[in-house]
Amino acid sequence: MKPTDPQIVWLEEKPLGLAERLYLPLFVQGLATTARHMVSPKVTVSFPDERPTVGNPLIYRGVHRLNKDEQGRVQCVACFLCATACPAHCIDIVAAESPWPDREKYPESFQIDELRCIFCGMCEEACPVDAIELTSLLDLTGRSREEMIFDKEKLLSVYDITKDAEPMKSAGHTTASATGGHAP
Amino acid sequence: MNALLPSATTIAALVKIGLLVGGLMTAAAYLVLLERWIAAWVQDRKGPNRVGIPLTDIRLFGLGQPLADGLKIILKEDFTPSHVDRVLYNAAPLLILAASLAIFAAIPFGSVLPPLGIAGLPDPVPFLVAPGLDVGVLWVFALSSIAVYGVLLGGWASNNKYGFLGGLRSSAQLVAYEIPLGLGLLGVVLAAGSLRLDRIMEAQAASGVWYAFAQPLGFVVFLVASFAEAARLPFDLPEAEQELVGGYHTEYSGIRLLLFLVAEFLHMITAAFLIVIMFLGGWHLWGVTGAGTEVTWAGALLRFAILSAKILGVIVFFMLVRWSWPRFRFDQLMNLAWKVMLPLGLANLVTVAAVEELRPWLVEHVGSSAAGWLAVGLPWATFLVGWIVAGVFTPSSTDNTPILTHGPLDAEHDLDHDPLDDVAGGHRLEASPR
Repeated sequence: MKPTDPQIVWLEEKPLGLAERLYLPLFVQGLATTARHMVSPKVTVSFPDERPTVGNPLIYRGVHRLNKDEQGRVQCVACFLCATACPAHCIDIVAAESPWPDREKYPESFQIDELRCIFCGMCEEACPVDAIELTSLLDLTGRSREEMIFDKEKLLSVYDITKDAEPMKSAGHTTASATGGHAP
Repeated sequence: MNALLPSATTIAALVKIGLLVGGLMTAAAYLVLLERWIAAWVQDRKGPNRVGIPLTDIRLFGLGQPLADGLKIILKEDFTPSHVDRVLYNAAPLLILAASLAIFAAIPFGSVLPPLGIAGLPDPVPFLVAPGLDVGVLWVFALSSIAVYGVLLGGWASNNKYGFLGGLRSSAQLVAYEIPLGLGLLGVVLAAGSLRLDRIMEAQAASGVWYAFAQPLGFVVFLVASFAEAARLPFDLPEAEQELVGGYHTEYSGIRLLLFLVAEFLHMITAAFLIVIMFLGGWHLWGVTGAGTEVTWAGALLRFAILSAKILGVIVFFMLVRWSWPRFRFDQLMNLAWKVMLPLGLANLVTVAAVEELRPWLVEHVGSSAAGWLAVGLPWATFLVGWIVAGVFTPSSTDNTPILTHGPLDAEHDLDHDPLDDVAGGHRLEASPR
């Protein structure tokens, strides 16, 4: 941007008063602020010793899980909407004929590459049956790249770990689905 | 017969050098930890508190951190870029560290030991590597000027624009602030009548009036200048991380970077030593330590402890200041040095000289008590008047609108161009319509 650009608004600084030019009030102000913060309560969370509190688990975007319905079956219907919505292309689904009468397909394999995932939550938004959800688990670690590709069993086990602390975000919806109120 | 054996004084000096260098290096390492702690606390964090005794779970509030930091930086790759001037590049960190350490030959780190009674060793033994060095202050200042060369050579030899800019800035800044530093110091030398730092401490202990109270203006000038000399915030322009990556040590890595960083901390320790010794009474504290050179072992250790505590206090102040005020712009820095600190330092020097010159006459004519009050009152009056005058004449606002000059291309398009503008060196840009 050129300095002659008419869009630039040149602001006039407020002239300093004598007290400010003597520098003493500013000196005291600066030190007082520093001293106040020296003794104020600290915000650090000593992570492995204490867990950080997640503000609202409903909107936190951590590790994925695949939800199960009441009969313990994977809720996913292998519609590929999440894989289509995923901007990082980290979801890989292999669909197969469903063994159950209430849906046509189910995921034979369902893999999420957690290293590619950018945790944007688009899969959760796209899912028509609320099968994929992001939990508030935040310490996602592994010793190899292979270990970080979560398969169906692992994603279902994440549901088992987190279902008590975090119920399904649309609990009412699943009840309706189980009673046949919502046809897929 | 013992011509080949070192004399007792040599051995004493070597022991003192060993203690001092070991102590300084440990202090520098732990000051890094202190700096990180204070930085963390000021920013509402906890700071490094994990590393304790190696191979155990004992944490000790993170007191093992310096060991881990040191090991890490020593084991890092020491990379030399291909575009540097190799001789100067290698010499600069050595030069700066050697100069920063050699400064301490003339700086006392305590008072004196009680008589030891060792043959060939003159008693009492002072806490000073080079006792009786009559040019102590000059030695300190000469070597701190040589340390500037380390910075300059580092910046120049790096052959890097950030390094070069850092070296350029520090040359201007350090040279400019040597003058107020010297002026602040001269007042003390005049009042104490000696260039020896131990004598300066003894003079303050004898009168009980620290020079910070007798020469407030000199104290302020010296304090500000020593911040600038140690390149600490708010005067850390030579290595302004946000602007210059790392300044003069941008191209350094591994142990050579370590040498630069240790030298920087040594500069801060030197500045704290000088402030405490010359203005804050050194080892003297009213009612706790006596004034004489006759001491017991307890007294000697007490004086050492008081001096160390004062120095630690000044260093903590250095570190708090870092988080309290924003950095100066370079022109503001130069204005402060040449237009404020230099005149104030001169005013202080003249006042102190006048007081010292008139003191015998005053004692004779108005009595020693009144003369004492006058000797303290006059510098305080100079301090207040000088401070207020400096404040009143400080510009109350700065104009940052760019000054446009006419280039050759502008002239082609600008038919109404007045050639006189070129003579005037361009014109100030009109503020745009609001």
